[in-house]
Amino acid sequence: MAESSEFEPKIIAFLCNWCTYTGADLAGTSRLQYPPNVRIIRLMCSGAVDPMYVLKADLAGADGILIGGCHPGDCHYQEGNYKARRRVIALKEILKSAGFDEDRIWLRWISASEGARFAETVREMTEALYAKGPNPMRQTWAV
Amino acid sequence: MSRIGVFVCHCGHNIAGTVDVKAVVEQLQRNGDVVFAIDYKYMCSDPGQQLIRESIAKYQLDGVVVAACSPAMHESTFRRTVEIAGLNGYRCESANIREQVSWVHQQDKVAATQKAVEIAESIVEKVKRNEALEPLVLPLTHRTLVIGGGIAGMQAALDIAEAGYPVILIERQDHLGGRMAELSGSYLNFQAAPDLLERKTQQVLTHPNIQTLLNAEVTSLSGYVGNFRVQVKQKADAAESPVMPLDELQPLSFTFDVGAIVVATGWQPYDRARLPEYGGVEIPDVVDGLTFEKMLRQGDGIRRPSDGKLAREVVFVQCAGSRDPEHGVSYCSKVCCMYVAKQAMLYKERVPDGQAYVFYIDIRSAGKNYDEYVQRAMIDYGVLYLRGKVSRIFREGGQTVVWGSDTLTGRAVEIAADLVVLATPMFPSSGSIELGQLLHISTDGYGFFNEAHPKLRPVETLTAGIYLAGVAQGPKDIPESVSQASGAAAKVLQLFSKNEMTASPLVASVIEELCAACGACVKVCPYGARQIHPIWNYATVNAALCQGCGACVVACPNKASQVRNWRVEQVLGMVDKLL
Repeated sequence: MAESSEFEPKIIAFLCNWCTYTGADLAGTSRLQYPPNVRIIRLMCSGAVDPMYVLKADLAGADGILIGGCHPGDCHYQEGNYKARRRVIALKEILKSAGFDEDRIWLRWISASEGARFAETVREMTEALYAKGPNPMRQTWAV
Repeated sequence: MSRIGVFVCHCGHNIAGTVDVKAVVEQLQRNGDVVFAIDYKYMCSDPGQQLIRESIAKYQLDGVVVAACSPAMHESTFRRTVEIAGLNGYRCESANIREQVSWVHQQDKVAATQKAVEIAESIVEKVKRNEALEPLVLPLTHRTLVIGGGIAGMQAALDIAEAGYPVILIERQDHLGGRMAELSGSYLNFQAAPDLLERKTQQVLTHPNIQTLLNAEVTSLSGYVGNFRVQVKQKADAAESPVMPLDELQPLSFTFDVGAIVVATGWQPYDRARLPEYGGVEIPDVVDGLTFEKMLRQGDGIRRPSDGKLAREVVFVQCAGSRDPEHGVSYCSKVCCMYVAKQAMLYKERVPDGQAYVFYIDIRSAGKNYDEYVQRAMIDYGVLYLRGKVSRIFREGGQTVVWGSDTLTGRAVEIAADLVVLATPMFPSSGSIELGQLLHISTDGYGFFNEAHPKLRPVETLTAGIYLAGVAQGPKDIPESVSQASGAAAKVLQLFSKNEMTASPLVASVIEELCAACGACVKVCPYGARQIHPIWNYATVNAALCQGCGACVVACPNKASQVRNWRVEQVLGMVDKLL
């Protein structure tokens, strides 16, 4: 199919200000190249990622959703990343039971010093999404 | 419709080399909320900032988006600039098209340009709904509580008091000085620790700005930086009421309002019962370093505790529990290499014909004149250093037998010792973990308090207004403890340099009409900043305590909780713009 050969996945990334967003900045200052498929939204904490944001992105057709926070024990707000971890696990279960592909949602701990890990994560996720193909939601809404 | 201006920065070649900045400007000009868009070589330069300020006036902009470097880099610069032009700083934000676009997609200019457009659009979407805010102004009490009257606590108290601010120094024991009061002499110069300490103690006790409470402990803490309220309990002083037995006396309770807290609770020796391979606490002639200090302070000769005979063969065991995660603690206690050298030398001075052995894994003598000092022990005093671990210490026929190895010769070593001195780990003071919970500051797995950043903020905790000094934060020797105490004092004085405090206004707020008073936000808040109003029955936010993490927004089923300028509709709007 012509469409799938041109398919470029789009990832919405919700990154915490203190660790992963800063790690993404470090990838930049280190000039690490990664696929341009990711769109970053800076939030103060991974614990501030409302499941509604993830659902919204999924329903609106994002092919992948990345949530990035500080490593366990390193949260700037003490325990926000643990909250994120519990919520993401629950959300994925719910999405799965509703017939969504929960593997389009990734939660990763990436610290401010892990620019390379951020670049690598985007690379891996983009590859995985090429394999999956477009989010079927895109078609559902297409008129 | 908003009247937002978008300023696209070339950053020389840094952005413009990859992103087609003209195309970004053209795209943004089509956005209904954008009334003006322009590109320029360097937005952070004086002419660049001038361009922003003039455009605000010319086009009556009510918001500014600077598509340039990371907000961590220049957002504060641009906020200051728009404020000069009369626009509220919080109506200005950076769109990160350098660190997160041009520098990471150098091979794909088309995709990079498209990404830059979408990011700029998403920030326009956010700024559109940004509130104009002013920094929070909070009162500040210029009084400090220092917890712990050892050398670190006394130093911090003296530095702050000398700067003219009142200090309350509380100490759990019935005397000041802490562990240093138990030492015979300090290393490097052998100066008698009690003399050094006596001078400090007198300075503290006679200082008009320091109020010292002995036999006292913190029982509760409330409030926040600049406005803490602490309850202190003091055991009644038996000397003052000699008639009544001590345990029948009511403890005294005090309440203090303080603006800053220095935690300097120090350490305790490791429990030797946890080192059974070294005889635990069963063998009388095996002592720990602190007990040996006591022996050095008494009389001339060093005698065996078991029978009082002169100790002619003394074995020092370094890392007796330190750097040994299986039997003791994983960390290095840092001071043992140095104090063992000192103790061995002092022993040789007392018992010149005796032999001192030191078992060591490595000698860690990093510090000014430190290695020279250890060399003195080896060369001038003839202390025999054996590189290897001691595997077992046991009692046999009135002697204490030490089994070890010398890895430099590859031989097993057996010494029939009169006295064995174990350099056991420095361990956090009892009650450290409980005190951490009470003060809302975190501790590591052992009970040492965690600093805010291991490299760049080593004297602060993550709770604003609470600082650390001395071994409470991790093993240190006296000069390091004193340095950190002075550092903590400097942080307190920095806080006290203002009459009132300002804080970020990006905190949570509540839409009262939507609040069902379910209390989810109260439970989820890590800072205790939430409360259900007892009369009006909706959640309230203590803006001074709130750090703006957003946990309450997610927890709130009605989305009555919102963080200022990170509102749910702002984030959802950004998602839309990016897809």
